Parts: sequence; C-alpha cells; structure tokens
Amino acid sequence: MGYTLDFGAVLTGEHLRWLLSGLRVTLELTASSWILAFIVGILLVLLRNSGSKLAEIGVAAYVEVHQNVPLLVQILFWYFAMPELLPEPARIWLNERNSEFILVMLALAFCFAAYISEALRSGLRAIPRTQHEAGRALGFGYLSTMRHIVIPQAFRAAMPPLVNYSLLFFKNTSLAMAIGVHELTTQTRQIENDTFRTFEAFAVATAIYLAISFLIMAAGAWLERRFTQEKR
Amino acid sequence: MVDILREYWLLFLVGQYPNGPLGGLTATILVAVAGLLLSLPCALILALARVSPYRPVRIAAAAIVHTVRGMPFLMMIFWCYFALPLLVGRPLDGFVTLVGALVLYESAYLAEVIRAGIEALPPGQYEAGRALGLDYCRTMTRVVLPQALFNSMPSLLSQFVSLIKETSLGYVISVNEFTFAAAQVNNQLLTKPVQVFSILALTFFILCFSLTQTARALERAILRKRAGTPESQILSTEADA
Repeated sequence: MGYTLDFGAVLTGEHLRWLLSGLRVTLELTASSWILAFIVGILLVLLRNSGSKLAEIGVAAYVEVHQNVPLLVQILFWYFAMPELLPEPARIWLNERNSEFILVMLALAFCFAAYISEALRSGLRAIPRTQHEAGRALGFGYLSTMRHIVIPQAFRAAMPPLVNYSLLFFKNTSLAMAIGVHELTTQTRQIENDTFRTFEAFAVATAIYLAISFLIMAAGAWLERRFTQEKR
Repeated sequence: MVDILREYWLLFLVGQYPNGPLGGLTATILVAVAGLLLSLPCALILALARVSPYRPVRIAAAAIVHTVRGMPFLMMIFWCYFALPLLVGRPLDGFVTLVGALVLYESAYLAEVIRAGIEALPPGQYEAGRALGLDYCRTMTRVVLPQALFNSMPSLLSQFVSLIKETSLGYVISVNEFTFAAAQVNNQLLTKPVQVFSILALTFFILCFSLTQTARALERAILRKRAGTPESQILSTEADA
C-alpha cells in the first residue's frame, strides 16, 4: 500500500506528552474510582447484612440498577442529569473544578461499588455460619470476629471476581472519552487527528491498555496463588 | 417524563425511520441480536481451539482471548472504525462497524463461556464417546457440545445482556441507536436532561433486568435437572456480569 509505519510521529515531543498525560488521567481515574467504589461497596454489604428488610431490598435494587443499565448511560446520566439534581452550591463547586473528571469518577465508582458488594457478599456467604459462632464462643466480640475470622476468609473467596471487576473497570475508564475527559483514548484520538497516523496512534494506545491489563491479570493470579497457599 | 415519551416515542423506538435510517431501541436490539448470532459460530470455534488436543492451537487461541480481554471495547470499536473500511475497500455504515466490533470482542468472551461449559463436563463423557468408536469431531458435535452448550445457556444469556449494554457505545461513533436517539432528544429539549436520561436508563433496565432474571431462572432449572435434587439443596452460583 506504500504506507510506511512511523511511530516516531506518535512517540516524540508534544504527542508523547499528550499520550503520557492521557495515561496519567486514566490511572488517576482508575485509582480514585476504585478506592471510592471499595468503600461504598463495603458499606453496601454492611447495610445488606444489617438485618433490616428495607435496607436489604434497597441495596438489592441498587445493585440490579447498576448492573443492568449500560455504564455509558450511567456516565451520561451523571454528566447531563445529575448536576440538575444537585443543590446550587454543589453545582458551583463542581463547575469551579474539573467537573467532567469528578462526575465520571463518581459514575464509575457507584457502578463498580455494586459489583464489588456482590463479590464481597458471595464471599461472605461462602463462609459457614459456624466460623462466626466459633469466634463468638471463643470470646471474640462481633467486630473482632468479623475482622479476624470471617472477613479474611471471605476476602479470599471474593478474590477472583474482585480481580475480574478491577480489570473490567480499568478498561471502562475509556468511556470517559464520551464526555470529553482527557484520558488515554481521548488523547489518542487527538494525536490521530493531529498526525493522521491512525494505525500507530491506536497501536500504541492498545499496547498500553494491554500492558496494564496483563499486569492486573498477573497480579490477580499471584494474589490467588498466595491466598490458596495460606489456606492449607 | 410522560410528555416527553408522548412526543418523542417514535424517535426513541425507531429513530428517523422511515424518513431516514432505522435507529432507536429497535436498532439497539437488532445490532445486539446480529452481534450475538454472528459471534456464536466464531466463539464455538475459538472455544474448541481453547480445549484442542494440539498445544500450538491452544496457545494461539489463548493469546487471542487474552488480548481481546485486555482491551477496552472502545478501542475495538475504533480499530473497526478505521481498519474495516481499509480491509473492505469502501466506507462502511456505522451499524456494520458496531456489529463487527461486537463480533470480534464478544467472540472471545462467549468462547470462554462455552469453554467453561465444556470443562465442567466430566471427562468420562469425552472418553466414552471415543471408546464407542466415534472420532474426535463426532464426539465433540454429538456428545460434548450438546451438553456443554445446554449447560452454559444461562451464562450465554447473561453475556447477551453485556452485549446489549455494549451496543450503547455506538453513541461514541454516532451510530443511530437508542443512546444516540436519547442524546438527540436531549439536544432538542435542552432543559430536561433528568427526564430524558431517566427514560433511557429505565428502558435499558427493564430490557436487561428481565433477561438477567430469565438467565437466573434458567440456571436454577438446569442445576435442578443436573443435580436431580430439590432446589433448596443447591448452592446458587453467581452469574458473571
């Protein structure tokens, strides 16, 4: 076709800077939404196990809604509709800051929290009730039984789905492009627009995504091995 | 919300059709069904390659599956958006691009579902087939696959839900599907984003939730059939998202 590959155009100077800043935003988005999602996910599990019927139904509905509505639709909802629902001061606060990033981060986190809570809940369910009773019989209080006996084991059981969902959500940060957050995919499109090096730009971005995904998969496999060895 | 539905229901349902291309919810469902039907044969081949007796075939299939799994779906869409027209030699419709991306992406995921179904069967099934004098192909097509596919029906259905959800990414390359139609309505109204996007989310929810519930019911029925025990004794397994 007479087309010569030129990765230099993509990987030097200004374009390299764009690429790296995109990567940084992608990683920031992943990390911040992951941490928030984990906190919300744990709260959801606690709420669901609190014994209140109402809380149980509420959390179940939360989980179903977030799992059955496309993530992109959730992101669009957060971006277009949520600011309308917020009180005036919150809207002003958002507009003074990087509102796209914050809104997409919240959308990702609240969706991911539903998945995390499901993984943790099935992990908790896998622990026989007798473990809890044994802890209490040995004189542990409720919280220390949970902390020292039940949660470490539940966490081990929840490990494989947690790793899977983490991978899923790392990849889904690319959806932030739809509302113009300057993450890796957006920056790649810009470089492509600027250089017309379509193949090179997307090859580099794909390679970066793959490298990080494989890292997450490998970390997951390592953690699983470590935890099963501990199990005896 | 009811006012918006009354005014724009046709746009939500079929897009500009019949004065323009078919769009809206109908297009979303058509794209998802086409994606599923076209990716199933590819997934079947890939799954068989994943459990092939030949090591190089297994490694090649695993490499394909892991590469696709490590890649955001949006990247796959852009690859198809730019590369497919070059391969075909003429510009392609957005729908074709979206279906192409779905087939390439979902084949790998569906292949893993089918592979899990195959590996969940006792190896005695395969061995019995071979011992009865059936060759590899016949053992697979007559003994292993019918059982494996039947058992993986619930997971295939939940994967179909993911597929429906993924069609919403057509919005990014301006494919005129449901999400895009909602964004258009939102642009026309300007002041009612909450209502418009609630309609969008609610419709997706009803569609996907009913399918998820069907998958769960199917899963319980199949477990009951396989185990031959009352439902209460069966540990429910989580359907993967």
